[in-house]
Amino acid sequence: MPINLHLWLIPTLCFLGFALNILFGRLWSKAAAGTVGILFPAAAFLWGLRAALAWSSLPVHPYLESHGAWILAGPLRIPFGFQLDPLSLVMLLVVSGVGLVIHVYSLGYMSEEGGFYRYFALLNMFLFFMLTLVLANNYLLMFVGWEGVGFASYMLIGFFFRRDSASRAGMKAFVVNRIGDFGFLIGLFYIFQLFGGFEYTRVFPQVMRMPAETGWHGPLTLIALLLFAGATGKSAQLPLYVWLPDAMEGPTPVSALIHAATMVTAGVYMVARSAAIFDRSAVALEVVLAVGALTAIFAASIGMLQRDIKRVLAYSTVSQLGYMFMACGAAAYGAGIFHLMTHAFFKGLLFLAAGSVIHAMHGEQDMFRIRTLATGGLKRYAPITFWTFLIATCAITGIPGFSGYFSKDLILEKVFTGAAGSRFWWAVGAVAAAMTAFYMFRAVFVTFFPARGGEAEHAPAPGLAGHAHPSGQEPATVVAHPAHPHESPKVMTIPLIILAVLAAVGGFLNLGDRFMRFLAPVFQPAAAGTVALGPETPAAGWLKIVPIVAAIGGLCFAWWFYQWKPELARRSAQALPRLYALVFNKYWVDELYQRAIIAPLTWISRRLLWRDVDQTLIDGSVNGVGRLAQAAGDRIRRQQSGYIRSYASWVGAGAVVVLLYVLWLGAR
Amino acid sequence: MVVSLADYLVLSALLFALGVAGFLFKKDLITVFISIELMLNGVNLTFVAFSHYLRQNAIDGNLFVFFVMVVAAAEAAVGLAIIIAVVRNRNTLNIDKMDLMKN
Amino acid sequence: MQLALFILFGGLALAGAINLLVQKAPIHSALSLVLVMGSLAVLFLLLGAEFIAFIQILVYAGAIMVLFVFVIMLLNAQPSEPSRASRAARWLGPPVAGLLAILLAVRVAGRYHRVPANLGQPMFQIGDIGQALFHQYLLPFEVTSVLFLVGVAGAVMLAARPEEAPQPARQECPEPADSMTREKGAGA
Repeated sequence: MPINLHLWLIPTLCFLGFALNILFGRLWSKAAAGTVGILFPAAAFLWGLRAALAWSSLPVHPYLESHGAWILAGPLRIPFGFQLDPLSLVMLLVVSGVGLVIHVYSLGYMSEEGGFYRYFALLNMFLFFMLTLVLANNYLLMFVGWEGVGFASYMLIGFFFRRDSASRAGMKAFVVNRIGDFGFLIGLFYIFQLFGGFEYTRVFPQVMRMPAETGWHGPLTLIALLLFAGATGKSAQLPLYVWLPDAMEGPTPVSALIHAATMVTAGVYMVARSAAIFDRSAVALEVVLAVGALTAIFAASIGMLQRDIKRVLAYSTVSQLGYMFMACGAAAYGAGIFHLMTHAFFKGLLFLAAGSVIHAMHGEQDMFRIRTLATGGLKRYAPITFWTFLIATCAITGIPGFSGYFSKDLILEKVFTGAAGSRFWWAVGAVAAAMTAFYMFRAVFVTFFPARGGEAEHAPAPGLAGHAHPSGQEPATVVAHPAHPHESPKVMTIPLIILAVLAAVGGFLNLGDRFMRFLAPVFQPAAAGTVALGPETPAAGWLKIVPIVAAIGGLCFAWWFYQWKPELARRSAQALPRLYALVFNKYWVDELYQRAIIAPLTWISRRLLWRDVDQTLIDGSVNGVGRLAQAAGDRIRRQQSGYIRSYASWVGAGAVVVLLYVLWLGAR
Repeated sequence: MVVSLADYLVLSALLFALGVAGFLFKKDLITVFISIELMLNGVNLTFVAFSHYLRQNAIDGNLFVFFVMVVAAAEAAVGLAIIIAVVRNRNTLNIDKMDLMKN
Repeated sequence: MQLALFILFGGLALAGAINLLVQKAPIHSALSLVLVMGSLAVLFLLLGAEFIAFIQILVYAGAIMVLFVFVIMLLNAQPSEPSRASRAARWLGPPVAGLLAILLAVRVAGRYHRVPANLGQPMFQIGDIGQALFHQYLLPFEVTSVLFLVGVAGAVMLAARPEEAPQPARQECPEPADSMTREKGAGA
């Protein structure tokens, strides 16, 4: 007998939380607003858990439910439909679970900020859209969620809207996203044109009947590339990653939830969901793999020199997302999703712990200044924060045993061996892994450990061209010397611990490949007969060792540079000033975009379209008509001169004209 | 040589045109009025000439002239009264100064 | 003979008209008009319209022009001083007048060259005119009577000297009374 899971409740509960808080939150106390803000996501998570537990007893997979038609336009029929299959199940639990943890953390973190109810309303709204995105059973409803999370991100980045940099960062995020969305939309149109609908159950069977393509011209390749363009924007890959570092202007829990754990992973989810399409396009897979790998190494290199702890984590996110796309590009979607899950755990944890650090240091975000201000090392004052941060770092760098090791190792292996993989990009990924270890442990050492021997630590290279970023200030003022850095309250540390546990042991979810096998029904049928299932490169024995070496190597290097011989960092920076400045300034990408794209656009808008077309042409002609009428009236008015003789002359002239006509011309 | 209708008509046309010219060019209000009378006279001549030549002395043409004169008389009376009133107010007979209708 | 008469009096009429234009003082223009009217009366006689000729002299020259002269003398019209001519009149005037003359003379008059004349013979009797007036043209005749009535009334009204409003009859003021007492019949 069919079981009704009522999936629609899950997003709707979050929407209710949003509605209640946005309408009435102003009138309630903070405690009430916070309770409402926690209650509904908790209910949504529990409901999702219930659905997950009922999974095995479901008669048919995937489970679909439909709630009436949303759009009925000729041949186009789009329902409010939700779907539960292994992929969406995993996403559902990750999003709602990690989301709930972060909501609880926010109770403590935002307790002293204004706009408390607005924050929770927006967070709930975000969850609503994200859950819609992952549970949707058709592309258009997914796109609704896609756009919605973009909007929520904009609102939350610019949460401290009185700060100019925050508003601008929000706008930047939205606009850059939009560029990707343009490609996504064209892809959607193409899907509709080819397949007549948007539902997965309609599109994918048709896709699977189509042959695999090898060149640039096939329809599936085009669709895949367009969809990937959207993913590039949403998931901050090259070249549309520039919004993510600036998004750190938002509150830290927002960075944790939206820009680490969930929203940015929407692109990965979408690519994984469209596995059938990507599998059939060798070119698209290569592009995805290349972009992912390049992004991974590029962002990692920038992260090595950042001073603001949140920026390090932001670039780290971009880099790790690159890994996920590498997996998808090697047609190992399951590995990508696995890394998505572990990344949600450890990156979310990293951000929350960073928030705890910032909270302890009363708003200071520059790691080097933290080291100076917290005499004796921050780890003495905030041990829980320190240990959880350390666990997360071990996870992200791939120290064996932690969750990140399993997922990252799996990705690298698949990239090496997979039929759609490439050994060149594998090498790139391995180097990026080493860099990841380096910059993450650098962050740990600089932030938490005391300086060795009292060396001047702040600028590794004073007097160089690189200037410090304006570190995004949390609204709490920076105290020159904190009274005492202190540990965060329990409402913040308990979520840290929960996530730390997950980050530590989450990898064992794939024990015996059971996680991969769980996801297999989603990807296996799609891969049949395509380039994804081709001849594999045999795994060399040393393959598994390389990531471990990279991780340990990075750790040691960081130790050496920042703890053992801290002056090494400064001297090497001085030895290579140009290279240092290039990387420190993020390869000047933002400035490049500004010069090459934004400035011409604004010039065209202002000079050309505003001044020349709108003002001169349009206003001119409209006003000109008015002025013409006025001038004409002015001349004609002089006819009324009041002079009798003038009138008489005109009368006479008229009479002559009439006479002329009658006598001369009309007499024919 | 016989005087033809055309001659009379030319004469009357000239008288009329001279009346118009006087009306347009003279500055004195009374002189303008006199030019109007001149115009009327020219028209009278036309009527009588036509009456004589074309309809072999049909009486209608003459009678029309009769009425024209009647109306001219009434018009002259009233017009002169107006002139008197205007002059009393503006103390000038200069037609160019009667410009209260200006603009 | 008729031609000579025509040329003589026609020329006189034209001369009078031109002189009317040329003169500066209104009184001179008025007298020129009288000359014109007289010449026209002769021309009317030539055309056989005796009645018209006579009433031209009697009414037009005799009454209307007299009225003109009276008004001129009443207003003491002086030769006008030169004043700014309106631009329209200056530019339009000559062409208008000229064109009028030419059009009328050439086009209209030009058609009637061949019509023979029959000058000098009186054509109607007075009685005929009276008959026509009271039979066919009765309505216009009566209307002109009304016209005259209105005209007379209007002319009188317009030309009347604005008088002071008649004062109410003043009564004798009694001696200023004591404010305490009220006298009978005090005050108007």
